[in-house]
Amino acid sequence: MSRVAAVLLQTLLAVALAPALTGFIRWLKARLQGRRGAPPWQPYFELRKLFAKEAVMSHTASWIFTATPFVVFGTSVAVASLVPLVLAPTDRFIVGDLFAVVYLLLLGTFFLALGGLDTGSPFGGMGASREMTVVALTEPTVALSIVALALNAGSTNFSQIVGRTIADPVTALGPGHLLAFAALFVVTLAETGRLPVDNPSTHLELTMIHEAMILEYSGPYLALIEWGSSLKLLLFFALAANLFMPWGLALSFAPAALAVGLLSVVLKLAILATAVAVFETRIAKLRLFRVPELLSASFVLALLAVVSTFLAGQTP
Amino acid sequence: MTSESTARALLESSIAVSDLAAPRGNEVHCRVRPDAIVPLADFVCGELGAELILMAAEDRRRSSGAFVVNYLFAHRASHWLLHASAALDGARPELPSLARFHYPASRFEREIRDLFGIAVPEHPDPRPLVRHGFWPDDYYPLRKDANGREFHDDGQPFPFTPVGGEGVYEIPVGPVHAGVIEPGHFRFSVMGETIIDMKSRLYFTHKGTEKLFEGRRPADGTALAERVSGDTSVGHALAYCQAIESAAGVEAPHRARLLRVILLELERLYNHVADFGAIANDTGFAVAHAHCFRIREGLLRLNKQLTGARLLRGVLSPGGLNRDLAVPADFTTAIQAALVDFDEVVAICFNNTLLMDRLEQTGTLGMEVARDHGVLGFVARASGLDLDARRDHPFAAYGELDLRVPVLAGGDVKARTEIRVEEARESARLIARACERLTPGPVQASIGEVAPRVPAFGIVEGWRGRIVHWIVAADDGTLDRVKIVDPSFFNWPALSYALVGNIVPDFPLCNKSFNQSYSGNDL
Repeated sequence: MSRVAAVLLQTLLAVALAPALTGFIRWLKARLQGRRGAPPWQPYFELRKLFAKEAVMSHTASWIFTATPFVVFGTSVAVASLVPLVLAPTDRFIVGDLFAVVYLLLLGTFFLALGGLDTGSPFGGMGASREMTVVALTEPTVALSIVALALNAGSTNFSQIVGRTIADPVTALGPGHLLAFAALFVVTLAETGRLPVDNPSTHLELTMIHEAMILEYSGPYLALIEWGSSLKLLLFFALAANLFMPWGLALSFAPAALAVGLLSVVLKLAILATAVAVFETRIAKLRLFRVPELLSASFVLALLAVVSTFLAGQTP
Repeated sequence: MTSESTARALLESSIAVSDLAAPRGNEVHCRVRPDAIVPLADFVCGELGAELILMAAEDRRRSSGAFVVNYLFAHRASHWLLHASAALDGARPELPSLARFHYPASRFEREIRDLFGIAVPEHPDPRPLVRHGFWPDDYYPLRKDANGREFHDDGQPFPFTPVGGEGVYEIPVGPVHAGVIEPGHFRFSVMGETIIDMKSRLYFTHKGTEKLFEGRRPADGTALAERVSGDTSVGHALAYCQAIESAAGVEAPHRARLLRVILLELERLYNHVADFGAIANDTGFAVAHAHCFRIREGLLRLNKQLTGARLLRGVLSPGGLNRDLAVPADFTTAIQAALVDFDEVVAICFNNTLLMDRLEQTGTLGMEVARDHGVLGFVARASGLDLDARRDHPFAAYGELDLRVPVLAGGDVKARTEIRVEEARESARLIARACERLTPGPVQASIGEVAPRVPAFGIVEGWRGRIVHWIVAADDGTLDRVKIVDPSFFNWPALSYALVGNIVPDFPLCNKSFNQSYSGNDL
């Protein structure tokens, strides 16, 4: 199997699996709340419905408005091709680089905020302003927590990081590793618009962050954005799961290793999704002005992770 | 002070009142010349300590060539009510304004100006209240000669008070919202996320409800009264029935009055339970919402078991109930079980620090502001105002039930949440007590002819607060004018004050903790 085909297949898998992950969290939350809930595959029906619908657009919308869904979806797909999901062969640089991932995701968010501002509706502006506040506080944490791992591996390449952790499993339990994981988990919730930062299931337009930016979108455009957002959630989960607990990742193209890789990634995603669902069921949304406090705390965790990894690297 | 001594105090004052009469229990009725309205209100509110609870205009140009404006004052501590009528010139009606010293009066006057075309020259606020921008200039829907018209957009924006200064901007929200809720437009002036001012523009749901009552037989109005505000079927229907009974000089039998207490408290219970869950949901704590809705559903099924209608409709009628209700033996047990269930959800919420952090110190409505705006119901009781029409103007069988009125001082969303819990518990207790006292007997007293041209009213403490229905019959015994005051009419303006200094994303939470009716406000 060629490298290109492998990357393509892995990317397609991520794109195909993303709506199910969102649906699974929704379904599990409903069950935890004592409701029956829509089945986990409901988002697929929603996407099909949205793609079949007409897109209604404001007269004041410019090309930015129409370009945004493609940028959001495109950057998510590009990131999907860089993140180790099923396989991460250490002999070749098949998966990507930390900085590419962080800034590609940021590009998507940037365009989402522009798209929100573009129509001039008050909610788009409000959502964009809030999103930028949140993003300004999360992006450094994302980068820093992965740097903590990169320091250990001596490279910002995901393959090298994964290889290093598998070669030396004790580091996975080191303080640097665990702190970085905690930091990344918090920003995952913030970046993907989950509680306690944003409420993905609210209908109250004044409290929205992510939803406020996309309030003007409809039809296929909305479908692309929704799909891109699901994909982003899956990618953050995949990063958290495979960088910090890489066991099970296929290190070669052998069919058996690939099968194990596939099974393990599904299992890891399910565990993280369950954790998020349980967490979201137990907590309320933070007051908006408390969000920076939470994100600053996660930044401090990431910083401690870097310091701890650095010092641990000095001792032997 | 009794109604007799009130009447005496009025006669001894220098105010020109005439036709002083005390037709029923605690009521004093009188006529007053237009120029004596302001001194009268000043005396009754300032000296005697009563408050204005209703203003109703009538178009009597066909019979007497005049517009009549009626004032209803109520004294909480000593339970008396004063009804004063003033006749205005039919051709060029002008009403003296009480807005200078009574805020709710200023709102009633704007309403009368919009619906009857009665000028209020001294009024400090020239802006329309009920009047929609689509109405023609000379269209006054509650005049008897108002007829179907063409409606067009006048193209004029509503004159909101602009807020200036560097960094201040406006957020317009609604009247169409992202969720399925009633229409209301909210104009926020904000600095960053902090609310400096919020003005609400309501009245997008004018249905002509009061006009629809006109010409109906009194017995045919109950179904309409039940639909004034969907979640307050019993409250409004009961106020209507009591008004008709008062006009006909009939009292409902004891069993009917006890059953009315049970119905009204059932309505309070299911609404408070649902509201508690909705407040939790607005903080993102959806578990409580799901369970409160489950408990509410159980209560609605009990409602259906008792009355055949989930929202308790189709039971009340003037004179009592239109049929006897068989209260099942395990009814109070079932209510108690629902309450225990509810208490468990409440405990989970109150022990969740994240949730409580959202409620505490959010949307604080001070006692002074609440009093000045004449705020009613649980909103008032959460801001330290001890008022409840069930105790202050006893009706149905509340006089014999030893009602406890919880009052909290906080004034924030937390207090408005806690007071709902307290009231839900009290409702369950009242239902149990009323069930114990039920004895077999008739449930319907026959209503004879309703006396024409004699105003009458019914006062009920619905789950949102005091509801007043005011009626007057025409010579042929049909209804000539019905005026409805939902507590939301008093409470809506206070919401703006509770918001000042809060942040925009906390608005839905504050709004939900008030949970005012749009439909009941805009009839």
